[in-house]
Amino acid sequence: MASSSVFDETYDVVVIGGGNAALCAAITARRAGRSVVVLEGASEFYRGGNTRHTRNLRCSHDGTAPTMTGPYEQGEFLDDLYRVTGGQTDKALAELTIEKSRELLSFMDDVGVRFQPPLGGTLSLGKTNAFFLGGGRGMLNALYRKAEDLGVTCVYDARVTGLTIENGYFVSAQVDHKGAARTVRGKALVAAAGGFESNIEWLKEYWGDAAENFIIRGTRFNRGDVLRLLLDAGVQPVGDPTQCHAIALDARSPKFDGGIATRLDSIVFGIVVNRDAQRFYDEGEDVWPKRYAIWGRLIAQQPGQIAYSIVDSRSIRLFMPSIFPAIEAQSIGELAGKLSLDAAALEKTVAEFNAAVRPGSFDHTVLDDCRTQGLPVEKTHWARAIDHPPYYAYPLRPGITFTYLGVRVNQEARMLMADGKSSGNMFAAGEIMAGNVLGKGYLAGIGMTIGAVFGRLAGEGAALHARN
Amino acid sequence: MHGTDPASSSAGRSPALAEVDRLMTICNACRYCEGLCAVFPAMEMRRTFTEADINYLANLCHQCGACYTDCQYSPPHEFNVNVPAAMAVARNDSYAHYVWPGFLAGVFNRNGLLVTLLTAVGLAVFIVGFVLWVDRAALFAAHGGDFYKIMPHNAMAGIFGAVALYAVLAFVISLTRFWRDINGGTPIGLRDFGRALIDTFHLTYLHGGGGGCTSEDKRPSPSRRMFHHFTFYGFLLCFASTSVATLYHYAFGWHAPYGLLSLPVIFGTVGGIGLLIGPAGLYALSARRDPVLTDVNRRGMATAFIAMLFLVALTGLLLLMLRDSAAMGILLAIHLGTVLGLFLSLPYGKFVHGLYRFLALVKYAAERRQGTFVE
Repeated sequence: MASSSVFDETYDVVVIGGGNAALCAAITARRAGRSVVVLEGASEFYRGGNTRHTRNLRCSHDGTAPTMTGPYEQGEFLDDLYRVTGGQTDKALAELTIEKSRELLSFMDDVGVRFQPPLGGTLSLGKTNAFFLGGGRGMLNALYRKAEDLGVTCVYDARVTGLTIENGYFVSAQVDHKGAARTVRGKALVAAAGGFESNIEWLKEYWGDAAENFIIRGTRFNRGDVLRLLLDAGVQPVGDPTQCHAIALDARSPKFDGGIATRLDSIVFGIVVNRDAQRFYDEGEDVWPKRYAIWGRLIAQQPGQIAYSIVDSRSIRLFMPSIFPAIEAQSIGELAGKLSLDAAALEKTVAEFNAAVRPGSFDHTVLDDCRTQGLPVEKTHWARAIDHPPYYAYPLRPGITFTYLGVRVNQEARMLMADGKSSGNMFAAGEIMAGNVLGKGYLAGIGMTIGAVFGRLAGEGAALHARN
Repeated sequence: MHGTDPASSSAGRSPALAEVDRLMTICNACRYCEGLCAVFPAMEMRRTFTEADINYLANLCHQCGACYTDCQYSPPHEFNVNVPAAMAVARNDSYAHYVWPGFLAGVFNRNGLLVTLLTAVGLAVFIVGFVLWVDRAALFAAHGGDFYKIMPHNAMAGIFGAVALYAVLAFVISLTRFWRDINGGTPIGLRDFGRALIDTFHLTYLHGGGGGCTSEDKRPSPSRRMFHHFTFYGFLLCFASTSVATLYHYAFGWHAPYGLLSLPVIFGTVGGIGLLIGPAGLYALSARRDPVLTDVNRRGMATAFIAMLFLVALTGLLLLMLRDSAAMGILLAIHLGTVLGLFLSLPYGKFVHGLYRFLALVKYAAERRQGTFVE
């Protein structure tokens, strides 16, 4: 579907992006009888942006879904959202998201997305999140099959380089398609092209050269080009531009697209030191699911943006196996050598830590009473002396999942212009507007919720506009 | 880098085993495919993978292809994750690894040639035998469907009984080797056999977790499972036909030819039709299947096996249709020759996949009942 003819037409609805939000919008608009084109910047294999790496969808439900335990009421969902965002959310849009999330299981089922009950390791999410059979790419495959069956035109390798917007009104998109300049005209626009986490130059505006050492968990196509074009055209921004969701992941991961397999869950079981072999934060502050997303930022603030998680043989089997083998040594000095750290400094850090560990009964499933006392940086739970060789280390770097900056929308997913007026025909869905609902923090699966809910709203709104 | 660099993983292992080990290390850190089949939950019960573990997992894999199309790390991603193909290679290697007698390990590599030769031997035995021992006039005369006018029942039963006994012996020894290697100490209960039987008869895991197989194109489809059912149940019905006929012969003294509405003829006819439809369908699908999902160097194994099943069914049905004519003699020779070729090749061809997989499913049932996931 990538011949030049697809660019000569005027479509009712132009969808920019190719992930969950884009496809939900395209399917919804097409079902309303409109002609729809999807402009995906990536190749067919890399299609879908961050949706490629997702695994589940958070939704309020009554507990009757066969693959979920439940129920998950709207009030509980809202409480969870307030808790993680610290209130940094548009209340009306948050309530709308949660209310509309109740329709998602049947919508997804209807478009051919399949779910499975979660197995070991993810059981705790069985009540709040519906797991895609085969993960995010399996889900995307189903959405694309449905879109193509309905007659949506999907174009890959279509990078949007410009938008013609007149008085808040979308006219056309300029597209670089495999090196050829094209124009796509449409009666309505749905922008669902994600954030800018893969755009290192843009990240450097806020992080300086430290951003060079960031690893990007998603594809290299999440460059935020469309977000930038919209903001430059006078759409109102939302969300803190300096913020991104950043976790600690294995420093040996590929620069882009390492996805889920590169994460590490070892931090709470040992100590984390920086390039100078010094600890810098309480590794046992809280249970791992509540704290894993602060470690990217913590490591980003360390010299060289590198850190090392160190555990001993008592803990090596207590966390999920990871893709890269641990670096192993019989002594702390030898381990320091393998990590190119100052051996005396690391030995001193470990010895001081071990000496400060108070007696307690270790239980990694609860906030236990194993802690240190007398250190400048205490470890408040799960503190056990690191003295059972062999010793193991994992090098860590910040891993960027997504950014928070986006375009402001109203309850119809319609973009709001800088002057406060709503756009005539421009809608947004997914990560490009998620900052409206998720001002900070993260809740597992909420990105897919926002994408699907606002994707459907944007598809409805765009279809309605194009018909009139 | 164990997970991403095949060269450094597990020195001393064959490339096939090392590749599965590399992939399972990646998959075990991802786990998005855990709902697709039995392989991934079995993987999640382990942190590291011994050679026996890999042979077990490889035989648990039904090569449905769903995990390839759903994988975020399949090629062109640099992790280059292709579980169906890696499992197919390891699985075919495992047949050679456990085969009895061991010096025949190489036959799985040139399987098409082997099966053709055995079939030629089978045909030669019967055609030459008939020409030498059967009276010319009798060979080309009509006998009202009475095979034993051409070849005495005891001779027929003797030849096939001996070959069948040999095949059973070869299976028992090979499968015992496999089972001892993979099972370790997991206690097995009767219910695990029951569960494995259900999973075998239902083809629970040739289903992509409910979506179907990636077979003729990128869309999941139930076609491969359906044609496998035709083949499997066709084979079982033909087996039942022979068993019932044997019972009739020895227990009741009812001798062939049996009437068109007798159990042996009904089972054989319905089963034979299944063995025409199933293998033909499987062949058509495999010809259109993306070769990236397969062990490309040993696709001949499957082709040879389904071609044999098709030929046996075709000659059997022709024999039934023409058993009253003068062509019976020569058709009988051809049919018995192909059956002999099939029997001889059973322990050394694609047929073994069902037996190995059944045992892997028994172990999986026991593990699933008793095991815990690594978290």
